[in-house]
Amino acid sequence: MNLHAVRTIYVTEMRRFFRTIMQSLISPVLSTSLYFVVFGAAIGSRIDTVEGVSYGAFIVPGLIMLSVMTQATTNASFGIYFPKFIGTIYELLSAPVSFLEIVAGYVGAAATKALFIGVIILITAFFFVDIQIAHPVAMVAFLILTCFSFALLGFIIGIWAGNFEQLQIIPLLIITPLVFLGGSFYSITMLPPVWQTITLFNPVVYLISGFRWSFFGTADVGIAFSLFAIALFTGICLTVIWWIFRTGWRIRQ
Amino acid sequence: MSAIVSVRNLRKAYAGGFEALKSINLDIEEGEILALLGPNGAGKTTLISTICGITVPTSGTITVGGHDTQSDFRAARNLIGLVPQEVSLEPFETVMSTVSFSRGLFGKPRDDGYIERILDQLSLGDKKNNKVMTLSGGMKRRVLIAKALSHEPRVLFLDEPTAGVDVELRKDMWEVVAGLKASGVTIILTTHYIEEAEAIADRVGVISKGEILLIEDKAHLMAQMGKKQLKIELAQATATVPDALKGYELSRADDGLTLTYTYDTKGERTGITTLLNDLQKAGLQMKDIRTEQSSLEDIFVGLVKETA
Repeated sequence: MNLHAVRTIYVTEMRRFFRTIMQSLISPVLSTSLYFVVFGAAIGSRIDTVEGVSYGAFIVPGLIMLSVMTQATTNASFGIYFPKFIGTIYELLSAPVSFLEIVAGYVGAAATKALFIGVIILITAFFFVDIQIAHPVAMVAFLILTCFSFALLGFIIGIWAGNFEQLQIIPLLIITPLVFLGGSFYSITMLPPVWQTITLFNPVVYLISGFRWSFFGTADVGIAFSLFAIALFTGICLTVIWWIFRTGWRIRQ
Repeated sequence: MSAIVSVRNLRKAYAGGFEALKSINLDIEEGEILALLGPNGAGKTTLISTICGITVPTSGTITVGGHDTQSDFRAARNLIGLVPQEVSLEPFETVMSTVSFSRGLFGKPRDDGYIERILDQLSLGDKKNNKVMTLSGGMKRRVLIAKALSHEPRVLFLDEPTAGVDVELRKDMWEVVAGLKASGVTIILTTHYIEEAEAIADRVGVISKGEILLIEDKAHLMAQMGKKQLKIELAQATATVPDALKGYELSRADDGLTLTYTYDTKGERTGITTLLNDLQKAGLQMKDIRTEQSSLEDIFVGLVKETA
């Protein structure tokens, strides 16, 4: 195991994050604050409570998940796509590093960045609403697992993408809608029965529901289901990455 | 001397069926400078990329320092530094950090002193805190070399190090290469400039259409180049070379109008005067005479044409 290489990739990626710290942190904080103003204050004033939780607090886990999922995905996909785009990937391919080490470096850094942003949003949320975290350990575990698994997904997208458009398309066209329709801002019990059933096919529902459970102790679906869903998702991503590693798909001819 | 890089029956075919390398066999001796000459698309870059691990061989084996580049890739790649043809650098990093990044990637602990020495060697010392994007093209190429040297490799591959580089910088680059050789690094460079191979290589390989056509000591090639030919055009065709001229090993053109005499310019006596006297004695009338010199370029063009 070339730990120096993993650390080198990780540190370099993190440095890029801190070099652009303003845009890296301010934009998620700003957009979250806007969500609080629009959803929490404007809409929330008309909705009393959802499942016994004030609406403003209810949307916090969903908001965190929304940012964490998109940030983990875009950071990881950009992290590995950028060397491909500017040609410096030759160095990764000719260095004595295994694909696993490359993944560990890039995915680790992307997951860390997303975690950072998740925590910042949580702190921001404390300024707007009163929240208590019922299961802090589970909350942290869910957050870390989500950061990690979506960074894996982002890595796959970055390897697959042949241009910037493809790099953007999955976060934009798939992740954002799935998160919005995954109960970030409402309980799925508020939907008509048909839509409740359809929603159950959205994997993000399980993640948000589990994460919300760790805050309020209530969930749309069972916590076991949520854990299973995130484990399954991580497993699928790992399998795809293992396959990329085996075949050299899109990276090593 | 022993081979530090050994390539056996290396074949590389791409998915579309294009065969970039056809059964390459090559031994690179420790401490030498080997120049691989070839036209564009000959397979030079593919060969280097395959040795360095960027592309996977279709069949055949490659060992570097005795380590198989597939089964023992870490040990093999630890010995190799690669300077790619394209100037690919992260624009926003500083020179120091991008070179340190390379060192870390190769599993070596951070060593700023060593990196600074390399940068000084490459005249980049005063640019170490500059961002890569602020450097000139020539400087960027030096940064690529510094990155390749950052982990103290024993074999350095330079893929077209002077392509599109002005004359002065090219001479600079040659000096850098000579300095590296002096420090014991084995160097393989690809080029399509014949003067470059002449100027710095110990051995020259010619590659075309995925095959190595020739690999020879430069000194030996130069000796061949030292030969000149005297072409004698006759006023009247001769059916045979007269017996009196047998000693000169003349070759007669099919039309019988031209005789060719090959001589060594470096020899003490070229034999031209006596040949011309003997020609007259043999009763042959000369219409014109001219001399021709074969260059590495002729050899190269000849070889590449043969396979075309």
